[in-house]
Amino acid sequence: MYKVIEGLFYEKSDEWLKVDGEIGTVGITDYAQDKLGDIVYLEEAKVGKVVNKGDVVISIESVKAAADIHSPVSGEIVEVNLDAVKNTVIINEDPYGKGWLFKIKIKDKNELKDLMDAKAYSEYRQ
Amino acid sequence: MELLKEISKEGKNKFDIEDDIYIEIENLEEKYLRSEINLPDISEVDLIRHFISLSKENYGVDNGFYPLGSCTMKYNPKINEEIAKKEDFKYFHPLISIEYSQGLLKIMWEMQEFLKILAGMDAFTLQPKAGAHGEYTGLRIMWEYFNDKGEKRNKVILPDSAHGTNPASSSMLGLEVIEIESKDGMVDPEKLSEVVDEKTFALMLTNPNTLGFFEKDILKIKEILKSKGALLYYDGANLNGFIGIARPGDMGFDAVHLNLHKTFSTPHGGGGPGSGPVGVKEFLKDYLPYPLIENEEEFYYFSKPAKSIGKVGSFFGNFSVILKAYLYIRELGFDGLKEVSQIAVLNANYIKEKLKKYYPSQFDRLVKHECVLSGKIYKDYGVKTVDIAKRIMDYGFHPPTIYFPHIVDEALMIEPTETENKETLDKFIDAMIKISEEIKNNPEIVKNAPLNTKIKRPDELKANKELKVKW
Amino acid sequence: MKFIPHTQKEIEEMMRDLGISSLDDLFKDIPDEVKIKEKLDLPKPLSELGIREEIENIFSLNTIPKRIFLGGGAYYHLIPSTVNYVLNRGEFYTSYTPYQPELSQGMLQALFEFQSVLSDLTGADITNASMYDGATSLMEAVFMGERVKNKKRLLIARSLNPEYQEVLKTYIKPRDIKIEFIDFKEDGRVDLNQLEEKTKEDFSSLVVQSPNYFGIIEDIEEINKIVKKRDALLIQLITEMMSLGILKSPFELGVDILAAEAQSFGIPLSFGGPYLGILQTKKEFVREIPGRIVGETVDRNGKRCFVMTLRTREQDIRREKAKSNICTNNSLNAIAALVFLATVGPKGVKKIAEINYKKSHYFKKRLIDEGFNLTFKGPFFNEIVVDLPFTDNVLKEKLSLVGIEGGIPLKYYAMDNSYLFSVTEMNRREDIELLICSLKEG
Repeated sequence: MYKVIEGLFYEKSDEWLKVDGEIGTVGITDYAQDKLGDIVYLEEAKVGKVVNKGDVVISIESVKAAADIHSPVSGEIVEVNLDAVKNTVIINEDPYGKGWLFKIKIKDKNELKDLMDAKAYSEYRQ
Repeated sequence: MELLKEISKEGKNKFDIEDDIYIEIENLEEKYLRSEINLPDISEVDLIRHFISLSKENYGVDNGFYPLGSCTMKYNPKINEEIAKKEDFKYFHPLISIEYSQGLLKIMWEMQEFLKILAGMDAFTLQPKAGAHGEYTGLRIMWEYFNDKGEKRNKVILPDSAHGTNPASSSMLGLEVIEIESKDGMVDPEKLSEVVDEKTFALMLTNPNTLGFFEKDILKIKEILKSKGALLYYDGANLNGFIGIARPGDMGFDAVHLNLHKTFSTPHGGGGPGSGPVGVKEFLKDYLPYPLIENEEEFYYFSKPAKSIGKVGSFFGNFSVILKAYLYIRELGFDGLKEVSQIAVLNANYIKEKLKKYYPSQFDRLVKHECVLSGKIYKDYGVKTVDIAKRIMDYGFHPPTIYFPHIVDEALMIEPTETENKETLDKFIDAMIKISEEIKNNPEIVKNAPLNTKIKRPDELKANKELKVKW
Repeated sequence: MKFIPHTQKEIEEMMRDLGISSLDDLFKDIPDEVKIKEKLDLPKPLSELGIREEIENIFSLNTIPKRIFLGGGAYYHLIPSTVNYVLNRGEFYTSYTPYQPELSQGMLQALFEFQSVLSDLTGADITNASMYDGATSLMEAVFMGERVKNKKRLLIARSLNPEYQEVLKTYIKPRDIKIEFIDFKEDGRVDLNQLEEKTKEDFSSLVVQSPNYFGIIEDIEEINKIVKKRDALLIQLITEMMSLGILKSPFELGVDILAAEAQSFGIPLSFGGPYLGILQTKKEFVREIPGRIVGETVDRNGKRCFVMTLRTREQDIRREKAKSNICTNNSLNAIAALVFLATVGPKGVKKIAEINYKKSHYFKKRLIDEGFNLTFKGPFFNEIVVDLPFTDNVLKEKLSLVGIEGGIPLKYYAMDNSYLFSVTEMNRREDIELLICSLKEG
């Protein structure tokens, strides 16, 4: 029912993580965007901010709900998706693609083993 | 409907006022003075028509059934409105000499006493100006108490059925919130035992809870908290469920707040003003905010408790709201107040019994002043509770509260109050049954509701994305 | 069965439908130990006639002073007849928070107009739909400043209303925020040199009241320059909104957050409340402001309408992460203020303010004529502090002989012989003369 992409890592709090060498891209899953409804506001993450796994990085708001976005891994925020900040509808429309939220320089790849894979997340949310 | 700005035209307004100072007074320096004032310029007749038209686009208890759960939209007695609007009140500045305000102070002192008796508490402050304000005040008093004792406690426990104001009030004190899952819709003493420790500040409880259930294990709950030195706070929003039958003070609550604009019939005013007096047990008395009203041989004066937390708002509280609630208590007496909860509970159970098979939730038990039903069985028809709420408007009623409490999926929280008679309830029940039939036979009509209102489904997304909060 | 509309027959029918024989059955889930066993000691109930008589008796204990020169956070102003006429509409006052917009367009539009009118008056980008009062509004402003700047040091002008200082201290104590005060100089205004010094260390905001507790008008422009040299916010408090009839818009002068008490706009003194808290800010802080906000939108047919917006800031949605716990506010009093401002109009607000200014300055002139000393020499609006050679008990006695209430002693500042008087459009020239006479006596 909800779209889940192979090859990504997933958190119980409905964030996905795509790993490309040292850099991880983070966004919210299709399940999350559907539960939130039309997103009206994405807080702009602070580039350079250092976070631990599980820390709240930014918040995202819809008309009737708000959600904290947690970082699935520890590291330093290196890029923010300003397109998504300016035009939040792309998060609802393309949560795994154009609707990515921020990029993080991964501190410790060992943390990845605590995350779910696509199959596990599908079971968790379906 | 036009906005005031749109009917404004320079020169329309003819307001005037006399000035009896005929000598020259030096002006303020130019730098402080404004060059223009941008306010609507309208005539008195236009103004009156404007607001009368607006009032016609609004629905209050005076218009019809208003079953919002946990809001207690009962009838607001007109005699109380009239008395509270007496000419005299325009002169009573809060700082006038107390010799002049003995009548008003007497009312406040008697109100402190009445509430002590009704709630079973040892002292009351009338200063908090709303329920949430009272919650903060009660917690703040407890904070001072623990601080005084040198105990560092920082965790507030809440059931998953709690009003949003409870965690929000806790956060304002910098306290951490722990939510515990209800069992059968009530606090589970076992779960509570697992969570309570020496770092626990208090458990905040609404009773009856937001499902309309009386927390039957209340005495056990009290023991568990007491064993770890934690306190028990009462959110009085639902006092209409047992006023005159039972008292929070007798259940072991250490601090309580009451909502005068709920149980005690003062009007909601479209969102406010309200009043949220806070009552405490003896051991917390010294921490109450000041001033309290004292009575020494019929002379009334102010006092400041020995270890007062200070003040939580200006002056002494929302006096005219307190006055209306005072009058209500004088009009009903003990018997009248007991009848309030008896009939409020009768009404809520009547609705529940008649509608439970059409809007079943996971619960079916005796309720107090409100019941929570669910629209979840209609999801298969593509109909959500919000659609049902909008369709209820087409039948001429204000919808109940929807989507709260969160523990019931597609919740419909219905609180009729005692001031609705059987005819009204039957009409509402009929409408709800008709709507359930409509959903099965003609769901589009419900999905597209409301059909009979002037405005239909305002675009909330647009309101949020294209923020326009002034003209 | 007061206000309960059931007939006995109806009650019995309902009981039969529920299968119960007594109303007590409805409370069998309440443990006997906590049930009320004996009748509570409350006075016996009164009919409407009885209540009227009882209230007459109680009110006969009051003395109604009609010459009011009291200020200090609540002011005696005119209330046009239109205000009560509108407030008496049951559709307004018996309604609740407009959660269902289709049934509440009246209230929603009125609140939108309120937000607009107040924003236009002060130059704010956003005004919320009201707070309890000026004091709690100021508290929320301070917490807003802390959230925005994430700094734990707060600067407060000592000339802030003492009651408001108490409220801030009460709310701040459990939080990790340090308060430092900026003193006032001889003219009653903020010591700008001291402000320069104290702003050198990091702080979240400066709270300054203007006109301040002494009635003195601060130089907000200069204060703003100093504050803005640092990464901090300027929070202004106004307790006498009538001053805006002649004074410049706060937001024009650089204010970031405005907290105010708007009781002056059509709300009676009513022995302390309910009044009307105002909270306003600039566009950039819109997500940090607590309280309800009404926004304009269209419905599905494109018709203009109004709805509550930015709800995710509020307690019912955001719970422990909400900007504040506020739920009930002061909507009805917001409508009173709106009706007041629409009744007097732009010229009217200016004229009323000018009359306030003239009368208080006439009072000053007469005081000086009679050899009295003003405590502070700064510019003022409608409140003034006078040095008097007697104790507050003696003053009270003198004034009571002529039916005057006035002169709040500045005990909080250890200035026991300095008294705060307010003079508004409601004080006739002969009342002012009477006051002067009474002060001259003995």
